[in-house]
Amino acid sequence: MTTIEYLSMSGPQRTFFKTVDFFRSLPQRIERKGARFPSKLRNFGKKLMGPVNTCVDAAVHGDWRTRLSFLFMGFGQITRHQIIRGVCYFVYEVAFIIYMALFGGKYLKAMPSLGQLGQISIPVDNQSSFINIYYDNSLQILLYSVISIAFILILAYLYFSQLKDSMNLQRAAYIGRRSNEKQTLKNILDRSYAKTLLTIPMIGLFSFTVLPVVIMILIGFTNYNSYHQPPAALIDWVLFENWANLFSTSSSSGDGGIFLYAFGMVLMWTLVWAFFATFSNYFLGMIVAMIINAKGVKLKKLWRTVLVTTIAVPQFISLLLMSKMLASSGGVVNELLKQWGLISANIPWLSDPIIAKVTIILVNTWIGIPYTMLMCTGLLMNIPADLYESAKIDGASPFKTYTKITLPYMLFVTTPYLISQFVGNINNFNVIYLLSGGGPSFVFTGTVPQQVAGVGETDLLITWIYKMTMTNAFNDYGAASILGLMIFVVVAFFSLIVFNNSKSIKNEEDYQ
Amino acid sequence: MNTSVKKHYASRRARRTVKVTFIYILLAIISVIWLIPFVYLVMQSFAERYVAGAFFPETWSVRGYKLLFTDSVYEFWKWWLNTFAIACVTAVLQTLITLMTSYTLSRLRFKLRKPLMKFMLIIGMFPSFLGMIIIYYMLQLLKIDTSIYSLILIYVAGSAGGYYISKGFFDTIPRSLDEAAMIDGANKNTVFFRIILPLSKPIVVYTLLMAFSGPWGDYMTASYLAKGNSNMWNVAVGLQNLVSKANQEVYFPAFCAGGVLTSIPIIILFFCLQKYYVEGVTGGAVKG
Repeated sequence: MTTIEYLSMSGPQRTFFKTVDFFRSLPQRIERKGARFPSKLRNFGKKLMGPVNTCVDAAVHGDWRTRLSFLFMGFGQITRHQIIRGVCYFVYEVAFIIYMALFGGKYLKAMPSLGQLGQISIPVDNQSSFINIYYDNSLQILLYSVISIAFILILAYLYFSQLKDSMNLQRAAYIGRRSNEKQTLKNILDRSYAKTLLTIPMIGLFSFTVLPVVIMILIGFTNYNSYHQPPAALIDWVLFENWANLFSTSSSSGDGGIFLYAFGMVLMWTLVWAFFATFSNYFLGMIVAMIINAKGVKLKKLWRTVLVTTIAVPQFISLLLMSKMLASSGGVVNELLKQWGLISANIPWLSDPIIAKVTIILVNTWIGIPYTMLMCTGLLMNIPADLYESAKIDGASPFKTYTKITLPYMLFVTTPYLISQFVGNINNFNVIYLLSGGGPSFVFTGTVPQQVAGVGETDLLITWIYKMTMTNAFNDYGAASILGLMIFVVVAFFSLIVFNNSKSIKNEEDYQ
Repeated sequence: MNTSVKKHYASRRARRTVKVTFIYILLAIISVIWLIPFVYLVMQSFAERYVAGAFFPETWSVRGYKLLFTDSVYEFWKWWLNTFAIACVTAVLQTLITLMTSYTLSRLRFKLRKPLMKFMLIIGMFPSFLGMIIIYYMLQLLKIDTSIYSLILIYVAGSAGGYYISKGFFDTIPRSLDEAAMIDGANKNTVFFRIILPLSKPIVVYTLLMAFSGPWGDYMTASYLAKGNSNMWNVAVGLQNLVSKANQEVYFPAFCAGGVLTSIPIIILFFCLQKYYVEGVTGGAVKG
């Protein structure tokens, strides 16, 4: 098949050809991957053995300074005119030992059990009141032991890197190149500038984003809920019991599938919501931008400014206001409609399952259109005007021009934006929580598991998790973290696809 | 000129006038829809008391505003100052960190660059409030769990993840500028502060604006940390408490008044810096 043959095919034919080709070439590709596998494995092994190699190298070929570095980190550097670097290594080692001896060690030891004794209540005044004495706090143990593990990993990294560095310095000295402290300091602002700039952001990111995420994932494997709530009670590792409880359909061990049912409903609404919220904003915003951009329309700036007001007013104010205005009884919208005689009974804007969903999507367009409008305005002007002119000469209708010129161009340019919007809407907490608060509750029959209590028709997964941990009395962090993990996996998967395929990543160097 | 040609042009002009008039009507409707809630907000803030069926207040008064500044339970000025202080400090620090991160990822080449970018992208997708309980323990460890510094710390610590848009901007600045400066003996620090930053005014302003307006609308983090401690309330938490009170007749005008006072600084900023904002939004979208 030649290129020209392929190009002469129609759309469906091309798709068919591609599909067939995909399956035809599958064995070949697997074979190729398989052939590469041993060498990949070897490379991986080499990387894994790197630290060991460093150690052996330093032990066999190192002089006394390098060998002393095994015991005192940074010794090689200090004795070879890299005093600051060496002292830093050494200080970290000393600090680590002190920390572990006084503090981290005991928490690490308690990690497998997460504490022995939670709280003792001692009765006073003839048993009428109690004094509570707290001992082990499982969450604290978990937190400090994860921090300790992080310190151990850092130590391991620094240990091997200082050995390697010491060997490098020794070899440099052997061929007569004396290292220079000044040069190292200069490099902070030059050759190793990336490290300099990234240090503070990474400390922030790792301590306040990554660390909590890691611990939350660990909590997914514990029984942290209202019966086991530190500091009053200990929590315990239950491994996969949470998963089993949540997703079993048998009524003896689980809840007869009510959780699963609620989960399915919420997941479905989350996806439906994300779809409609994204595309309604996108298309309506584009249309508004096109209307404002149309030839002959004056005061363009004024119209845009009106819409931008929505962005400028903090979202929570407009959302709370909207939820007040749309309240079924006593809300201004219903009252005015009644006064004008348009309706006789109140419309349940936010309290009927179906109407609430529609209302939320509509209010969301009210919030989202201005953003899309601003974004599209610039892009629409980039479309070459001669395309439109030639279409006009050929007698294309405005609708045809839109579907054949404007839309393909916009879709091409904004696909990454669309997908990131989709992902953002899956996690859109504000609109749902401040507007409907999750909306009318689900009605279940039978014994309702506590995690499901309070979940509403318009709850997204994220607001459900919020309720599960914050407002619901059950405080089931274990289950919530499992749900959170699932959202995370799905969303991260989509985002990585976008990221890997986005133009700005693929041809990053083209721009510069 | 030939009469038929004249007629042709006249009819075309007429058609265009009809089209433009139609567009104006449409735009007017759109504007009304978009402005109604804000008009309602301003109007209700001057109402004596909340009346369900009235768009405009029946009796005008400034009681709502007065209540905000005199009520001993709802100390609006305190929330406002809290938020303002948080927003100012956060804006500066967050901008600095975001720009440092994005410059590094855009200009400097190091081994873990691409994995780091991916990692930062996806780690931000974990529902952040789930980690709040852990963060709370960490703040207790640092002994700042009852002050507004904790909020600043949280906002600033996570700001590296927002590198995306400014990195896209830095990518568009030609590399030859850096190289020319390096040949003249500048180090990378000088290149960043003396060459790239002055050229990046739009993105600096955009990042500042976003970082400043973020804390004004944050409900989730603030409400969690301020549990049972009204000294730490920011406007979002405070007003949410106000609007969920039972006695709405009195408190709804106060809520509206609070909303107006909160929106004013941000609206002013947005309109002064609209140009930069639009540039940021457009640039971020195209780069994807």
